[in-house]
Amino acid sequence: MAETVQAIKLRRRIKPLAFIVVLLVIWHVAANHQSFHILPGPLAVAGGIAELAEHGLLLKYVVASLFRVIWGYVMAAMLAVPIGLAIGWYKRSEMALNPLIQIFRPISPLAWIPISILWFGVGDMAAIFLIFLASLLPLIVTAMNAVNGIPQVHINAGRNFGLNQRQLVYRVLFPAIAPQLIIGLRITLGIAWLVVVAAEMIAVNSGLGFLIVDARNAGNRYDLVVAGMVLIGVIGLMLDIGMRSLEKIESLRWGYSED
Amino acid sequence: MATEAILTEVAIKLKSSLKTKLRAEGIDMVFTRDSNKIQVLQQIDLEVGEGEFVCLLGPSGCGKSTLLNVLAGFISPTTGQVRIDNEPVCGPDPRRIFVFQERGVFPWLTVEGNISFGLFRLLPEERNQRIARYVKLVGLQGFEKAYPQELSGGMKQRLEVARALAVNPDMLFLDEPFGALDSITRLVMRRELLRIWEAERKTIIFVTHDIDEAVQLADRVVVMSARPARIQGIVDIDIAHPRDISSSRYLKLRDGIFKQIGMAHKV
Repeated sequence: MAETVQAIKLRRRIKPLAFIVVLLVIWHVAANHQSFHILPGPLAVAGGIAELAEHGLLLKYVVASLFRVIWGYVMAAMLAVPIGLAIGWYKRSEMALNPLIQIFRPISPLAWIPISILWFGVGDMAAIFLIFLASLLPLIVTAMNAVNGIPQVHINAGRNFGLNQRQLVYRVLFPAIAPQLIIGLRITLGIAWLVVVAAEMIAVNSGLGFLIVDARNAGNRYDLVVAGMVLIGVIGLMLDIGMRSLEKIESLRWGYSED
Repeated sequence: MATEAILTEVAIKLKSSLKTKLRAEGIDMVFTRDSNKIQVLQQIDLEVGEGEFVCLLGPSGCGKSTLLNVLAGFISPTTGQVRIDNEPVCGPDPRRIFVFQERGVFPWLTVEGNISFGLFRLLPEERNQRIARYVKLVGLQGFEKAYPQELSGGMKQRLEVARALAVNPDMLFLDEPFGALDSITRLVMRRELLRIWEAERKTIIFVTHDIDEAVQLADRVVVMSARPARIQGIVDIDIAHPRDISSSRYLKLRDGIFKQIGMAHKV
């Protein structure tokens, strides 16, 4: 008997989960047998998460981190996408601006920490500014490359059917770049989530990054440190899954097929 | 001897019975790349009649696609002028549609969406009628809601032809449209194109490097030289459709063109 489609799908879901369970068990056994303290075990970490929830800190820190990421990221996207599209569309502006972009790009957003504290002080604005910076250039470059990647035949076809410049932008440019732009938005959200943790370690007094530093400084609570790491990982995964679901839209799927 | 006989049949001027649709005069095209000047087209004079099917035939890379792009208005020639219906061509125009290889269909639109792409000025009712008509004409019934990636190469090619015909152009420019298809599909597509051409009587300029394709399809074959492309000769294919591709007339015309192209390779 062949397996039903549901059974295959279920197995595909169960496999990675089962693997995680196995790893947790190994972690648990290894943590119990360590002769000196290297890492808290999974139960201690789960206890840490429970403790955070009890004190109302879990929700507070998660919301604080997400709040900063969303503000910084959305502002960057609103600015970067139109700029990147314009640079890609008008070839001359690309020649003018590309060197500037290439100089700023290799500078880690973390290098901006002192300047952002100088400008905005210790607080949310400094962290949001860092996330904004971290998202800005990758998104400009993504949008620029997406425009450059539009096949000339599609632009020519649009012009041939009598589209004016504005119609060309709406009916050819936007749909042509959408798949690649969404990939760029997804990857950049991942970067923003990486940067928020670093920003919170230095610039603010709340959030998951702050939790990690604070737990270590205030009494070596490594169970809380790892709890913070686990939360960051899980939320990062959920953000990625959310962005990935956009790639399933039918009129975008052509951009993700292998051939 | 046979070659001589063909060459005397070269007709630079149109048959007097046809009205001139397109006239290209003294077309030169020079590209500058890395401060090198490359002459691609040299002194092209060409006249195409209304409703005529003309093939531009030449070796790969000779510049025949460039000539087609100039005729369609996508690039302007370095010197010379193209006039269609006695008006100078200064850009692409929905009355004349350029059909690329199947890559030209929009992957983000369905079959219906692609066919209606150029119909945005029509009322919805008329638009739907057009879509239905051209879906049927190219035999894509049942695939109206399908995306191009779900179609075969031949179907995509037919879709692109349908999208072009849907705006009711009076000219079609086809740039090696069947080059990427397998040989069986290519034969089917040639028959389809001839059927559509006989039904709609558009003026067609068709670029190919395939001698058989040219002789099977065209009223006249414009034989072009290697770069810089010049018109080496124009051969009238005076065989009625459907053409018997084993008839002596067909083989004679084909061999004549073959020798011309062979000469083009040597010179």
